[in-house]
Amino acid sequence: MIPSIKQSRKFHSVYNAYIFAFFVFLAAPLVVVSVFAFNDSLFPSMPWRGFTLDWFFASSGEKVGIFFDSELFNSIGLSFAIAAATTLCAVFIACTNAFVFERYDFPAKSFLYVLMLLPLVIPGVLLGVSILVFSSSIANYFDDYWLIDLEFLRPGIPLIIIGQFAFVTTICTLIISARLRKFDTTLEEAALNLGASPLSAVLTITIPYLKPAIIGAAIVSFLMSFENFNTTFMLVGSDAPLTVAMFERLREGSTPVLNAISVLLMLGSGVLAVANMVLQKKQR
Amino acid sequence: MSNLSKSPKIRLGLWLLLAPLLLWLLLLIILPHIELFTFSITDPDDGSYTANFYLEFFQEPLYWRTFVRTAVMSIIATLITLIIAFPVSFYIAKMLKGRSKGILFAMCLLPFWVSELVRTFGWMILLRESGVISTFLQWSGLSDGPVELLYTDATIMLGLVYTSMLFMVVPLVSTLDSLDDSYIEAGYDLGGSNWNVFKEIVIPHAIPGIVSGCIIVFMLSLGNYLTPVLLGGKDSLWFTEQIYTQFITRFNWEQGSAFGLLLLVLSSLIVWAGLKISKQSFVKTMG
Repeated sequence: MIPSIKQSRKFHSVYNAYIFAFFVFLAAPLVVVSVFAFNDSLFPSMPWRGFTLDWFFASSGEKVGIFFDSELFNSIGLSFAIAAATTLCAVFIACTNAFVFERYDFPAKSFLYVLMLLPLVIPGVLLGVSILVFSSSIANYFDDYWLIDLEFLRPGIPLIIIGQFAFVTTICTLIISARLRKFDTTLEEAALNLGASPLSAVLTITIPYLKPAIIGAAIVSFLMSFENFNTTFMLVGSDAPLTVAMFERLREGSTPVLNAISVLLMLGSGVLAVANMVLQKKQR
Repeated sequence: MSNLSKSPKIRLGLWLLLAPLLLWLLLLIILPHIELFTFSITDPDDGSYTANFYLEFFQEPLYWRTFVRTAVMSIIATLITLIIAFPVSFYIAKMLKGRSKGILFAMCLLPFWVSELVRTFGWMILLRESGVISTFLQWSGLSDGPVELLYTDATIMLGLVYTSMLFMVVPLVSTLDSLDDSYIEAGYDLGGSNWNVFKEIVIPHAIPGIVSGCIIVFMLSLGNYLTPVLLGGKDSLWFTEQIYTQFITRFNWEQGSAFGLLLLVLSSLIVWAGLKISKQSFVKTMG
């Protein structure tokens, strides 16, 4: 089964054909989505009616391109803002978490570590509804007893950020902890011996060392937030971020404008994916 | 431990660093789930405790059948994903060397950086009545009229397997990568057939990867919403859809909370059973 062991010709050709079929299977939906973004038809389906860029740039008429479809275009901006806020909070807390788990020993540390991993195994829909229930209870309490309206605890953008933050932080913590574990603490001690305060030792020595992991965590976190659907869908208010807006369109009946937006999404996530891979190579 | 953690000043530092961690876990993970549980056992009219919402689940066939169906289909999807992913992971980890290995592995990962919504949309375009596959079948004469391939259980299965492929391939490749070629060679030298070597050497070595892959894929399938709803249509009958309906459409939060808790119990049980059977630890599997 490995190169050093001879196998029959038939075995190799069957195996190679299987691998080829697997990659066709992986690529098929993405290729199809991209191709139909350029089909000059009102529906993303056969037959092929010729090449057009209308689904990107047409400003009026039957076909409204993505850059002029204000509803969808605004939802992209909203998703950007949500992803940026989530990433900022998640990466910051992930850094402090990494120091807690890698640098300190205290009772119940391993218990806390298990708790920290829990968001990975809680289904996104459930995380969404539990946060919805909890935040509404708090908001109702303040409304009933103190007559204070805590608008940010009602479904809407702030609650989406809170919900996404809840699970993205775990992933960021794992990424940053893994790098901090490899750090040679004698470097920090040298800084302390040379008269640096603990805080400035960490800021000038350790944080720069963690930078690749912090950027990597930020990329992953941004994408996870931008593309999240399950948790977001439970917490959404009147303004829909991109994934929710696309989902609603898909249910109504899709037009190739969704293909056009998918092409943009693929380009965006492709760039981020490659950036992350290059970064990981550099880390080693 | 570094010397940093010894002085009293640094103990204060620990508390400062612990505070956000504790707040995050308490406010966003633990308390919300406790509140969900409280909701599910409280009568909204007079605030007394009640088991009605759980009884309702067992008395209404639609609810528990959807629940069982979701669990069974998730298990089947997990097994299919494992069977499809294993040869591919083995190929990447053991048959290839150097550059081509890295490229093929990256090609496996790339599609999954794209939103699940886009991937599912792709399958819809391929499988719908006016879609690519239906048109191809008519053109090639294999079918007389348009074929609707969407909205069946098989379509849901296809979508689930596709969506979770990555989470099986990555752990499998990393465990198979650590299997030394000499063990496989020794197996052949001792007269083992392909099947013997596979069963006695490759599989036992890959168990940790198989377990963590299966657990993650199962969790993702069970908690999936997009794929069953979009590819399965109105009859998808997925349990997360029931939860959504109770919460958002019917505004029956108590019933929805009970459903959510049942889903959580089911998934925890299966994860626990998977870890027990394979004798793996949660922290090692997840972290």
